[in-house]
Amino acid sequence: MGILEVKDVNKRFGGLQALGKVNLSVAENSCHAIIGPNGAGKSTLLNCLVGKLIPDTGSVMFDGQSVLGRTPFEINQMGISRVFQTPEIFGDLTVMENMLIPCFARRDGSFALHGIRSVISEAELRDQAESMLEEVNMIDKRDMHSASMSRGDKRRLEMAMCLVQNPKLLLLDEPTAGMARADTNNTIDLLKEIKEKRNITIAIIEHDMHVVFSLAERITVLAQGTPLVEDTPENIKGHPKVKEAYLGEAA
Amino acid sequence: MFGLNKKDASLLLIVAGLVAFAPFLLNPFPEGSAMAQFNAGYPDLMQRFVIFGIFAIGFNILFGLTGYLSFGHAAFLGVGSYAAVWMFKLLSMNVLPAIVLAVITAGAFALIIGYVSLRRSGIYFSILTLAFAQMSFALAYSVLTPITGGETGLQLALDDPRILESASASEGNIPVPGLFGLEMRDSFEMVMGSWVFTFNFGYYFCAVIMLIAFYLSIRIFRSPFGMMLRAIKSNQQRLNYTGVNPRPYTLAAFVISGMYAGLAGGLMASMDPLAGAERMFWTASGEVVLMTILGGVGTLIGPVLGAGMIKYMENIISKINSDILHGWFAFLPDGLEDLVVTMIYPFIGKGWHLTLGIVFMLVVIFLPGGLVEGGQKLANLFGRKKADNPKSASTEPAE
Repeated sequence: MGILEVKDVNKRFGGLQALGKVNLSVAENSCHAIIGPNGAGKSTLLNCLVGKLIPDTGSVMFDGQSVLGRTPFEINQMGISRVFQTPEIFGDLTVMENMLIPCFARRDGSFALHGIRSVISEAELRDQAESMLEEVNMIDKRDMHSASMSRGDKRRLEMAMCLVQNPKLLLLDEPTAGMARADTNNTIDLLKEIKEKRNITIAIIEHDMHVVFSLAERITVLAQGTPLVEDTPENIKGHPKVKEAYLGEAA
Repeated sequence: MFGLNKKDASLLLIVAGLVAFAPFLLNPFPEGSAMAQFNAGYPDLMQRFVIFGIFAIGFNILFGLTGYLSFGHAAFLGVGSYAAVWMFKLLSMNVLPAIVLAVITAGAFALIIGYVSLRRSGIYFSILTLAFAQMSFALAYSVLTPITGGETGLQLALDDPRILESASASEGNIPVPGLFGLEMRDSFEMVMGSWVFTFNFGYYFCAVIMLIAFYLSIRIFRSPFGMMLRAIKSNQQRLNYTGVNPRPYTLAAFVISGMYAGLAGGLMASMDPLAGAERMFWTASGEVVLMTILGGVGTLIGPVLGAGMIKYMENIISKINSDILHGWFAFLPDGLEDLVVTMIYPFIGKGWHLTLGIVFMLVVIFLPGGLVEGGQKLANLFGRKKADNPKSASTEPAE
């Protein structure tokens, strides 16, 4: 029984069957990659996990509880944090403020009215945010206006914002899309480090096979909305069905 | 000091100083001189400066922090005024219960209107608030005449019950609002040479309340709540996926700014105990938007500056007439004098809106950060020598 159990999920958009009978089980403390060609339904599946979309049929259980019908902020409070394909950060705020918001969200829940006390006086949360920034090597940028940073830094900040919440499950939507090779390798190293240091389950959607094969312990291949195979990276590499559907000559 | 950092504390002290010495600062020209009409140091106008300052400070908590542009905030101002006048009629002429009830009533209205309007964002939110405000205006103007006085407005009468006042006189003058015996209209005039300075109790009462309101707004800006509101403006999607529910935060900001508007309305009624439906009209809602943008959206001091600027122009420029213009340009040859006066005439008197429009356009185009940005640029220009402190404390924006 994995931490995330997707059972018989179907999702239609008009005449298009975006997801058909998707079954997926992500084991606790593993790194599970979901790959597939464009239009395979990877993003639709992800959106069903975080509450942005509701599947037509089927169930999504996280940590023994159903996530269906819950809003994105409720699902986050259950312990799922999500990194977007294009970094989503608070561009008008400084890096430190960006880090503090997830800290407040973890401590105070989805709403708390602290209108009078000063942000400066929240020493404990500031320490928490600072040590996370140190972990991702961004402490020198703590007072920077976050919109003015490079894309790679924004991605790292977003990752740090998710990690400071100590999520049980981290969802990554193409974390290296549009990155240079060096940045991609940095991200891989960062994720490996994160994986070693804490008890965290990672589910990753990725196009870049280099990233997938260096991180994932299990891989699910989606094609036309249905899981084709699920196996270890070694077996996926040589799998004839996968070659046919997705990897083509690149494998 | 007061839980503020050094910069905010000095800003608060500067504002307190300006407000305390306003009767001097706003009356720089001697009585009887040609420039005396530019003096703004008379009680009625000074009261309006601080009252609209409160209104704009509150509006800025919603618009400046969350980016939700309410186009119906005058409704809360009107509701506050009506509530205050009713307290004068029923309870006593003491302003404290009137102001408290004004704030509570406006808060309750804001809760209902905000709950519905905040289901949408952007232009749809603005239109919803506008619709609610116009509905309130229409109700106050006609349907609810027994409560609001309809077209004539709500006024005090000699035979009002005023249950807390022992001598409910049915003869003599209608009592005036006061605070434990001190009347709001009490004034003390100080003559220095050819200058006359007026110190009005009502003004100082409003000024103290404005300073409290300003202090609270600084605390809100610097609090985790204020940070969440800025996060809502910046990226609501990220906030949602960070485990925060934006709706109650925006609703709280809406109610708080509605209460500020109610406070301003209650103070207006305390200075002059009548309330009319025109206070809720949509132009009044638009005015506070202009004040905030003119001064600087999302800055601490900006809304107060914007409110002062607009009220000054409304009262001073509108008083200039063609005779005064002819007086100014009398030194020019006749034909030229007439030409100059004809050219300037559309911008004065009833045409002050035209001047305001031009000023507003210039500010928005050249100083998108409002007067605060202008002040910052000036400070940078003159303060370059002080390399360690390039920004003047009085013009520091919130972010």
